[in-house]
Amino acid sequence: MSKATYFRRYWQLYALLSLPIIYFLIFRYGPMYGVQIAFKDFNLFKGIGGSEWIGFDAFREVFGMREFYTTLRNTFMLNFLDLLVSFPAPIILAIMLYEIKSVWFKKISQTILYIPHFISWVIIGGIVYQLFGNQSGMVNGVLEGMGLNPIPFLTEKNPWLITYLFTGIWQSAGWGTILYLAALTGVNKELFEAAEVDGATRLKKIRYITLPSIKPTIVTLLILNIGKMVTIGFDRPYIIGNTAVREYSDVLSTFVYRIGMESGQYTLATVVGLFQAVVGLVFILGSNYISKKVTGDGIL
Amino acid sequence: MSERTSNRIFDIVNIVFVALFVLFCLAPFLHVIAVSLSSNRAITSGEVTIFPIEVNWDAYIKVFSDNAMIRSLIFTIVLTFATTVLCMLFTIAASYPLTKTNLKGRKFFMYVIIITMFFSGGIIPEYLLIRDLHMLNSVWSLILPGLVSPFNLIILISFFNNIPPSLEESAEIDGSSHFYTLMKIVLPLSMPVMATLSLFYAVGRWNGFQDSLMYINNPDLYPLQLKLFQMVQNNMVSELTQMEGANRTALTPESLKAATVIFATVPILAVYPWLQKYFVSGVMLGAVKG
Repeated sequence: MSKATYFRRYWQLYALLSLPIIYFLIFRYGPMYGVQIAFKDFNLFKGIGGSEWIGFDAFREVFGMREFYTTLRNTFMLNFLDLLVSFPAPIILAIMLYEIKSVWFKKISQTILYIPHFISWVIIGGIVYQLFGNQSGMVNGVLEGMGLNPIPFLTEKNPWLITYLFTGIWQSAGWGTILYLAALTGVNKELFEAAEVDGATRLKKIRYITLPSIKPTIVTLLILNIGKMVTIGFDRPYIIGNTAVREYSDVLSTFVYRIGMESGQYTLATVVGLFQAVVGLVFILGSNYISKKVTGDGIL
Repeated sequence: MSERTSNRIFDIVNIVFVALFVLFCLAPFLHVIAVSLSSNRAITSGEVTIFPIEVNWDAYIKVFSDNAMIRSLIFTIVLTFATTVLCMLFTIAASYPLTKTNLKGRKFFMYVIIITMFFSGGIIPEYLLIRDLHMLNSVWSLILPGLVSPFNLIILISFFNNIPPSLEESAEIDGSSHFYTLMKIVLPLSMPVMATLSLFYAVGRWNGFQDSLMYINNPDLYPLQLKLFQMVQNNMVSELTQMEGANRTALTPESLKAATVIFATVPILAVYPWLQKYFVSGVMLGAVKG
């Protein structure tokens, strides 16, 4: 095909593609160009190009900040604890849903279980406050009614941590069942029948048929989750956290926001952001590599 | 114990467990609804759990008579709608050409897009970009930065790839242009995935909060989530300062806050059941790599 005919045949496709590509260049690659201010003494008036190069000075400053290590530790800690408690929840829930025979009960349950995933962290923050507030929260009201001491769910470190983790389970456990249930629809029903003939109990069937059949999904999701260890969303820790528990709730993303947007230290904030992006990339590529080795399947 | 009874017991335990989990998901909503409908006296004395006590609609009347709140709601609805339409247009425009394997440069464009899933400039360079484009305090700062989600794009590409190629080929033989094939054949066959992705974009915009926190100072352009955040945050701060012995600042009554939470949740819950049957398949498509 000559160039002219090729173009005549495909120009419409390039026309379609052009706007999204321009979008990516401006709004996704534009900020990547801006990353250079991590190596510059950024001056708002001189702009990105006009500011002076300072090499790794800002990196030295960030790596000397005690807060940087606190937020790094918190990022790992919150992600790790979340993985510990929030990762198994959808697996257990999916298996239990799978075992339910009543179609209508299963449907209604699933519909309700998915809902929290669609609720914003701001709203969840509002709900958490209504439930766990020190003075006005329902839970403490009930505790007091039972003659117990109120628990400072939002203002003391360990109770706060539990609140944070529980909120995560509440928000994502139901949604997380989708992939496992999808994996389970592929299970050969004859396996269960054969097991029944052999006299296997329900628990044995779960242990020897259901669990092994979702094992690849579990392993892949586990590896991918480990790959996201340094990336942490902004909304959840920012909204559920507060100044009283900052020692635990301040993570890399909220730290970047605080020193950048609230204190205007753009260079330092960009350094932290860049650190997070690079380490995050290494983790994701690493976990993808491991995933490919272990399960023969990655995300890339 | 016979096998029958043990089966029975298993089923009952199982159903009870799932029912409890469902209740665990539902209870917080029920509580907030109860608070929004209860009297302030009942709330402060801690009587309200999941049933409203001394029912009244004062909080809702107050929310609905608050002009700023209504304006914010309407703004958020329009913003969500416009964002969703634009996002879908751009995602479709990017996905369709990328399904054509003989398109020159296809791989390159895929890389350009995929890389952004794994590396980004971070919020400070993003903020400076929006500032340099003079989009601070403009609705565009809330629409343009997230126009195409590479994740949604991959879902759409894999869906398009599942459409039998013979359909498109026969259209092409009949002299159909690419635009025409896309509009008349591909899109009508893709309604389920369109519904799913629209839901994802709409929910993302509706719930989005960090961008408005960073880019918007003008109260006229406050999305609902930002307004709500200020309300909740205000109370958190005052409760903390109260603990430290400071004076009690003017608190928003609990019922009003609860009513606002419900007010911001209802629109999502209204569209959700209509789209539920689609998004499950959408998530699964997303799980399979593109």
